[in-house]
Amino acid sequence: MPEPLIKARNVSLEADGKPILKDISLDIFRNEIFGIMGPAGGGKTSFLRLVNHTFRGSNVKIEGRLHVLGEDVLSDEVNPTPLRRKVSMVFATPVVLPMSIFENLVYGLRIQGIRDKSRLREAAERGLKAAILWDEVRDRLDKPAQKLSGGQQQRLCIARAMALSPDVLLLDEPTSGLDPISTFRIEEALKELKKRHTIVLVSNNTKQIARVSDRCAFFLMGELIETGKTSQMFTVPREKKTDDYIAGRFG
Amino acid sequence: MTPKRAEHIALGLMVSGAFLALAILLFIIAVIMIKGLPHVTLRFLLDNPMDMGRAGGIFSTIVSTIYLLVVSLIIAIPLGVGTAIYLTEYTVEGKVTKIIRFGTECLAGVPSIILGLFGFILFVVKMGFSWCVLSGGISLAIMILPVIIRTSEEAIKAVPQSYRDVNEVLGGSKWQGVIRLVLPNAAPGILTGIILSVGRGIGETAVVIFTLGTSLRTPFSIFDSGRSMAVHFYILAQEGISMKNAYATAAVLVFSILIINIFSYYMMHRFVKGRT
Repeated sequence: MPEPLIKARNVSLEADGKPILKDISLDIFRNEIFGIMGPAGGGKTSFLRLVNHTFRGSNVKIEGRLHVLGEDVLSDEVNPTPLRRKVSMVFATPVVLPMSIFENLVYGLRIQGIRDKSRLREAAERGLKAAILWDEVRDRLDKPAQKLSGGQQQRLCIARAMALSPDVLLLDEPTSGLDPISTFRIEEALKELKKRHTIVLVSNNTKQIARVSDRCAFFLMGELIETGKTSQMFTVPREKKTDDYIAGRFG
Repeated sequence: MTPKRAEHIALGLMVSGAFLALAILLFIIAVIMIKGLPHVTLRFLLDNPMDMGRAGGIFSTIVSTIYLLVVSLIIAIPLGVGTAIYLTEYTVEGKVTKIIRFGTECLAGVPSIILGLFGFILFVVKMGFSWCVLSGGISLAIMILPVIIRTSEEAIKAVPQSYRDVNEVLGGSKWQGVIRLVLPNAAPGILTGIILSVGRGIGETAVVIFTLGTSLRTPFSIFDSGRSMAVHFYILAQEGISMKNAYATAAVLVFSILIINIFSYYMMHRFVKGRT
């Protein structure tokens, strides 16, 4: 078994006296799409935010160990900036910045102080190709990004994250607001991306998890109910709750 | 009285109130323009005052006014925008922010004559700057600071939180987010506040008369005294030196304020439109 890229051991999270995650242990390996599914309020997004160190809240209490790319991200000494360049994140609603498509793509590089035109151009192209958006926007990179359609905007957000060549891409319900065709395009892009990257996909769309993930986890009320190969989870789940959720009996 | 009748009467009162307010404004502008504009010539604008303002133009007072505003803005903008950034981006809403906000609101409520006296005692006398552009600039900056803080704060708050989130997940520091995303997107709103405060500063007399002085010479250094247009008008009218030139000065003053207000209104509209 190779060393996992993300290794959670007994991670518990509490904010304002409310438990958000309870004793989560799971492994995410290189070049896989790891799906996290479960009803809203189950702690899926909070888990993602722990991974790239963007969790915010008052009276936060964290226990356990969470190693991301070999670094313990729960320790106080972690420097979040380099971590976030290696572990990028895309939100549920596409957030394009009010600037050109190109400037959106290279934002992450510009804040690192990179000015070299050819490097920026290269990164922008790499990002767009990774998100399968290159052919649609290659001739209008200088146009305002907010003119793009919703589906294109979300792929632009993925492209913007990929322009940084991260090791891990965290996706928080990336298709929740999109039409089926845009969703299909993004799922196709993800399958392409996992060849060189690791993807953590949070979704409450079980069908999407079944379609694209290699392994997955089921979060319910802050607890990890079950984790395993997607093919196994969706055919012979070990837990009754997983079976009920997948079958649509609740959630 | 039937509700419908009450409605009619209330509406009538409100409409006439609104028109009365507008009529007062138009009346004031009309009187000043009719009495002042005929005397406003290019020579009036470009000649220095002579014989205490009885003759000549108002060139040195225009220079003093602009000089004073520029110095006060150089002081007030960084302080005001900085305070607004601190309050909105770097603090959690709590006791400290409430105290700072309450403080700036109190500052806005200080009568300008008190600010003038304060500036006179501190900058003119105690610190020995004497009456000069610097003393006037700092005092005026204190006066317009609350306006700039308040409008900047509103403008910064209007920038979507999601932009800051994107900056964060792409590895940007808070300050990079402020410089690259928050300030550029808040700029039209901040600019509106600055223009509004210029409008207030340009007509201010109480603060200025105590701190900038009343010298009719054209100020060159920030340690030179001067006389702003508003103060010039005040002295011409108060001491009955020349009502003709007083009205002409007033016309120039009102015209400038009008232009500034129209411009800020236009900016505000563009700002609102750009946000939706």
